[in-house]
Amino acid sequence: MSSSTTAAPRVPALRAKDDRVARKSLATRILSRPEIGSLIGAIAVFVLFCVVAPTFRAAPSLATVAYSASTIGIMAVAVALLMIGGEFDLSAGVVVTTSALAASTFAFQLGLNLWVGVVLALALALGVGAFNGWLLMRTGLPSFLITLGTFFMLQGLNLGVTKLLTGGVSSDSVADMDGFAGAQAVFASTLKVGGVGIKITVLWWILFVVIATWVLLRTRVGNWIFAVGGDDAAARAVGVPVRKTKIGLFMTVGFAGWFVGMHQLFSFDSIQSGGGVGQEFIYIIAAVVGGCLLTGGYGSAIGSAVGALIFGMTSLGIVYAGWDANWFKLFLGVMLLLATIVNLLVKNQAAKR
Amino acid sequence: MSGDVTTPTDQPRHDATVEILRLDDVGKSYGNVHALRGVSLSVRQGEITCVLGDNGAGKSTLIKIIAGLHTHSSGQLTVNGEEVHFSSPRESLERGIATVYQDLALVPLMSIWRNFFLGAELTTGSGPFKRLDVKRMVQVADEELTKMGISVPDLERPVGALSGGQRQCIAIARAIYFGAKVLILDEPTAALGVKQSGVVLKYVAKARDAGLGVIFITHNPHHAYLVGNHFVILNRGNVSLDKARQDITLEQLTNEMAGGSELEALSHELSAPGVTPEPATALAAGHRDDER
Repeated sequence: MSSSTTAAPRVPALRAKDDRVARKSLATRILSRPEIGSLIGAIAVFVLFCVVAPTFRAAPSLATVAYSASTIGIMAVAVALLMIGGEFDLSAGVVVTTSALAASTFAFQLGLNLWVGVVLALALALGVGAFNGWLLMRTGLPSFLITLGTFFMLQGLNLGVTKLLTGGVSSDSVADMDGFAGAQAVFASTLKVGGVGIKITVLWWILFVVIATWVLLRTRVGNWIFAVGGDDAAARAVGVPVRKTKIGLFMTVGFAGWFVGMHQLFSFDSIQSGGGVGQEFIYIIAAVVGGCLLTGGYGSAIGSAVGALIFGMTSLGIVYAGWDANWFKLFLGVMLLLATIVNLLVKNQAAKR
Repeated sequence: MSGDVTTPTDQPRHDATVEILRLDDVGKSYGNVHALRGVSLSVRQGEITCVLGDNGAGKSTLIKIIAGLHTHSSGQLTVNGEEVHFSSPRESLERGIATVYQDLALVPLMSIWRNFFLGAELTTGSGPFKRLDVKRMVQVADEELTKMGISVPDLERPVGALSGGQRQCIAIARAIYFGAKVLILDEPTAALGVKQSGVVLKYVAKARDAGLGVIFITHNPHHAYLVGNHFVILNRGNVSLDKARQDITLEQLTNEMAGGSELEALSHELSAPGVTPEPATALAAGHRDDER
């Protein structure tokens, strides 16, 4: 039997379009986006509180909701990028407190301009991220364990160093120091838009989400983030700089932590050294509710923003509705489960069609 | 595309005298374990060199040395007449050696065009506005895949939704597009059905016709004989056979591959008393017909 007789008839069949695969409709393609499940959830939560809490509908309340969402959202977008890259960062919550403490303590103790402290805190936060990433790539241990270690280390440092220098649990007030007004304008000012005060963090949040979306979908680095999260061995084999990408992602979380830390410092002028603990889970929840796959390789930056928005709406909506605020955690857990189940169903349905 | 691409001739149509890659007496030890000993082979442009061997024969170690994942501990590795010691896959890639691994180095959740250009994305614009040239990448991926005769209706589909054969072909098309001179295929037909194996073998032949030197790793002598110009059999880290196509028949190849006399002894041992044992070679011939 010669192969020429068998190979020839296969050729036209291959050239023809595969008729088993129908073209996906626009609706299906929209439904297969990662953030769509959370968007439906966000609308449901919004409608619920609009109905049960009349004050929720007022513009100032919505501005407060947006502010509450923004402080979570700025971190959540970085955590989402990291999660798409296949890793966790449990130190994301305390690094906020660490950078705020570092900025205020350094400037206060040495009597320097606050901006020097701000820059130093940035270097420190990026350093913590780089350390997490480097150790992860070096040892190959799960990021869960490594960042759990950094979480406790930073928590201990925050409390220990603050106690050592101030004798108390909170840092000294920096409100009357050089550079406070300027830094406050950048990190913690309020803009008046049509009589409603909008916190500047809302604008920063929107900017960061736009940049993250652009990077994820339209740059080489974004392609690499999806690749290292989806299959890092495959990514390495085709020449993706896996190490740099992952370390960069941890540093991005460090950067976001620094930013939120600066916001807290310049809103309250003094920082509680035990703060930030437990926040890391809120960020992870926001990213997961927003459609990020816990195992990496799938998700979106906009999704994390929607997740943060759901969080903001729920935490304040319960108060506006006059319910006992203790119900919030229950609501949060239910939301998390519902959102992930909806995401799963929507994704499976869209993939099938 | 002509139908005879899967039938190699004894005199390949391409200039097959240009030797791209050469191994002389290459060995690799892990501590006191000699995974590979004294392996010599040569890969020429427009030729397919088949490396056969059973599990644990040293095939993977051999690929890893050529692909730059491991450094050989003895002997010489020569690429384009220059002796090299690879210490990373990137060095190997830079010399035009592309490896299509069993796991294909494709990311299942990413779309076809993103996978096709992964690690070598096309960009447009400059500075902070430097961005992926999505339109061109989709277009090129579509052209290249069509050229290989692979039709995928939607390049936005995640690679995970494709069949094993299609994925294999995408990986091969990618290697060819990015200017590979040597293509190493690690068991490309191992997990595939008969028809899909046929499709993949056709692309292997296409890569050869495009002037690449191909190293085809397999443990299936039937697949190897369909496309190979040169056969090397590894056995426990040693080369146990090294022959050009004209010097060997499929029967001999199958026999050698199966361990020759060992298999005969085995078939004798396993045969029920009173039943004439079927010789291994006849088994092989029958198997060949099933395969087509």
